[in-house]
Amino acid sequence: MFGKIIGWIDDRIPMTRVWNMHIAQYPAPKNFNFWYFFGSLAMLMLVNQILTGIWLTMNYVPSAEGAFASVEYIMRDVEYGWLLRYLHSTGASAFFIVIYLHMFRGMIYGSYQKPRELLWLFGMFIFLALMAEAFMGYLLPWGQMSFWGAQVIISLFGAIPVIGDDLTLWIRGDYVISGATLNRFFALHVIALPLVIVILVFLHIVALHEVGSNNPDGVEIKRKKGSVAEEDKPKFKFHEYYTDKKDIVDAIPFHPYYTVKDIVGVVGFLIFFCWVVFFMPAMGGFFLEAPNFEPANPLKTPEHIFPVWYFTPFYAILRAIPDKLMGVAAMGASIVVLALLPWLDRGTVKSVRYRCGFHKWNIAGFVVTFVLLGWVGATPQTDMKTIISQVCTVTYFMFFVLLFVYSKNEKTKPLPERLTK
Amino acid sequence: MSNAPVDNGRRRFLTIATSVVGGVGAAGAAVPFIASWNPSERAKSAGAPVEVDISKLEPGQLIRVEWRGKPVWVVSRTPKMLEQMKEHEGQLRDPQSQEPQQLESSTNDYRSLRPEIFLAVGICTHLGCSPQFLSGGFGEKVEGTDDGFYCPCHGSKFDMAGRVFQSVPAPLNLEIPPYTFLDETTILVGEERGVA
Amino acid sequence: MMKKLIIGLFALSINVLPAMAAGPSVPLMEAGNDLTDQPSLQRGAKLFMNYCLGCHQMEYQRYERTFRDIGIPTEVGLEQLIFDGSKVGSHITNAMEKDDAAKWFGAAPPDLTLIARVKSPDYIYTYLKSFYKDESRPFGVNNIVFPSVGMPHVLQELQGLPTPITEQVEEHGHTVTKVIGTETDGSGEMSVDEYDQAARDLTNFLEYVGEPSRLDSEALGLKVIGFLIILFILAFMLKKEYWRDVH
Repeated sequence: MFGKIIGWIDDRIPMTRVWNMHIAQYPAPKNFNFWYFFGSLAMLMLVNQILTGIWLTMNYVPSAEGAFASVEYIMRDVEYGWLLRYLHSTGASAFFIVIYLHMFRGMIYGSYQKPRELLWLFGMFIFLALMAEAFMGYLLPWGQMSFWGAQVIISLFGAIPVIGDDLTLWIRGDYVISGATLNRFFALHVIALPLVIVILVFLHIVALHEVGSNNPDGVEIKRKKGSVAEEDKPKFKFHEYYTDKKDIVDAIPFHPYYTVKDIVGVVGFLIFFCWVVFFMPAMGGFFLEAPNFEPANPLKTPEHIFPVWYFTPFYAILRAIPDKLMGVAAMGASIVVLALLPWLDRGTVKSVRYRCGFHKWNIAGFVVTFVLLGWVGATPQTDMKTIISQVCTVTYFMFFVLLFVYSKNEKTKPLPERLTK
Repeated sequence: MSNAPVDNGRRRFLTIATSVVGGVGAAGAAVPFIASWNPSERAKSAGAPVEVDISKLEPGQLIRVEWRGKPVWVVSRTPKMLEQMKEHEGQLRDPQSQEPQQLESSTNDYRSLRPEIFLAVGICTHLGCSPQFLSGGFGEKVEGTDDGFYCPCHGSKFDMAGRVFQSVPAPLNLEIPPYTFLDETTILVGEERGVA
Repeated sequence: MMKKLIIGLFALSINVLPAMAAGPSVPLMEAGNDLTDQPSLQRGAKLFMNYCLGCHQMEYQRYERTFRDIGIPTEVGLEQLIFDGSKVGSHITNAMEKDDAAKWFGAAPPDLTLIARVKSPDYIYTYLKSFYKDESRPFGVNNIVFPSVGMPHVLQELQGLPTPITEQVEEHGHTVTKVIGTETDGSGEMSVDEYDQAARDLTNFLEYVGEPSRLDSEALGLKVIGFLIILFILAFMLKKEYWRDVH
């Protein structure tokens, strides 16, 4: 009976074929480590944001007069409204934590290198869309930080020569941030950008499955047809789509091996996530900033305004440069340069495990730079911090310059023939 | 790859156990989403009991009050109405009020706390229209009964105790809201308090 | 190695957290309030309704919910804590017009529903204990943590009118007189300890109102995390079992 239903569906849409091709008989390298959890965790966070987001719109009022009160209505009057809201607000931060670690994984194992350039680019577009999504979502509670944060970020567009002022006016739809701005941000936040993100995520996965996953060794599991001896081939069945064109080594089917492994990752992650949601949703002012518990007041700027932590590294680069246009340009460049990574890295060895010692130090330096920039951007400015942010801005871009230089004739370690462990 | 034989029993047990516990977790995660659709504190506050002054209610008259956004009728029944109610009991679906459309205190021949004062939620139990009060003109719908309620949407008929007649679409008697006589001329609709 | 790095970074970020809480330049006293202490919350609610509600509202919080959460029976609350005949389901508001208030005080008294989240419980506690006599101010008082405060010392009948303790400090080459503390003048109804407790009760109540779901959240959170740990163990065993095929 069950088989008959499946057969009936399979005659009409390729359900079993897609399941086999992309899940049950999809060859995944057998040596994925800790860093490979973050892709599925990003997916989990996307689902969390969409679900809790839909539920929040059921009670949220997108108007300058009603927004702040409606958030408190959700927090107090709606049954479990506080939980839905905290899941969404904590989810936003968790999403970025996961995404940053996911991107870092790509950096250390060279997952952006040929043939995965497009995969990396789709990822960067997701990152951009996510930043826009988070920024617009942050205006919606209509608190002081919502208002003044949006004010500052929208004013950045004013730095663009000639059209800048008209552009900011057009984005706001008013002479100040107002209900008009709130309404258009609401529309983009709940409909347009989620749609864009879901489509990009789909393309990201299509691109991934076409070229196949990289792995911590950076050694391809797909080999030239006929180059692998029969006894070296894995005992598992993989879909002909992959085996017809290539010989495959050291792979296991995604399901059940990585599905059961990802469940462990998901539950482990949820333990930390729920700890924050239930016990410290404001995360000491990092996830929910204190001034945002005050309704937006266009006449009074809070003492210190910072973007939410996930924007602060880029914000610090903006502040480091004492020129409006150059600051904005530098901030934009700091994101664009990430997208160009596949072409800036001229090396052929992917994983940090087999690259030169200098590459390791360069990546470590980049991590320190990024964390320092994040810290500087999240705390009140002092003379000392201005210097730190300027030094870090230089080291941030130096990472890419150095990589471009040494990757050309890099002294690498010999790659293993097969995946290790 | 080890050559240890696969223990299928253990594998099946762990798969089922994880699925069941995971399923419980998914169900638990659904709770806040489902519960958030319940009336909020604001809705409950707006749905608080309302007081009705019946000092000016004439015999045979009906007044409507709003409780939780629904019409609640308060009718002062005349002795003639009460008399006729007994006569057509044979034509009713549920003359003894067996269905739980009222609280225990109103489960009696009059479906009310006091025979002469009748309260009901004025919403037809068929599809939610509000029936009309045909005072003196109900005879053409049901012979021998001068007064009653008639639903214009699908023709359901109710007597002066909100009891539904047979062979109409409405399945149940009209709902009687919880209420309390605060004093001789004041009724609190929406809450039944113990007899003071 | 990488795992250690992550944990290390996480630990580092936790240490930076307190630096984020931007506050006044004066060190704050520790409120030491306890959200599970219902008698304290009830006393705090009473203080709020009697001394604060005249000017400050809690426009997002309802009486009924408040009574339920802090253990006051509805009838008692209706009788003793609602002074303006409001229904028990209504928000905790007053009849003051915002424009009038702005005229009287220079600025409309802020809503206090979320004050404990905008500031902090310690701030509120310190604020309540930092009024001192200052004839130069319109209401005859000033406040150490909120200089030039535009509000009278409404708890004066309880605390009395504290006199300032000053100190000469060198600042940018000038000697300035700074208020570093206050001293009771003994004219209040309460002793110093009693007033401290009253300030703590009021702080406690304000912290509760800032986030009424706090205790529910923690109770539910423990259950959820306990459940997740069980699920984690099962999932981990399942993974180990399947991966015997691979290793």
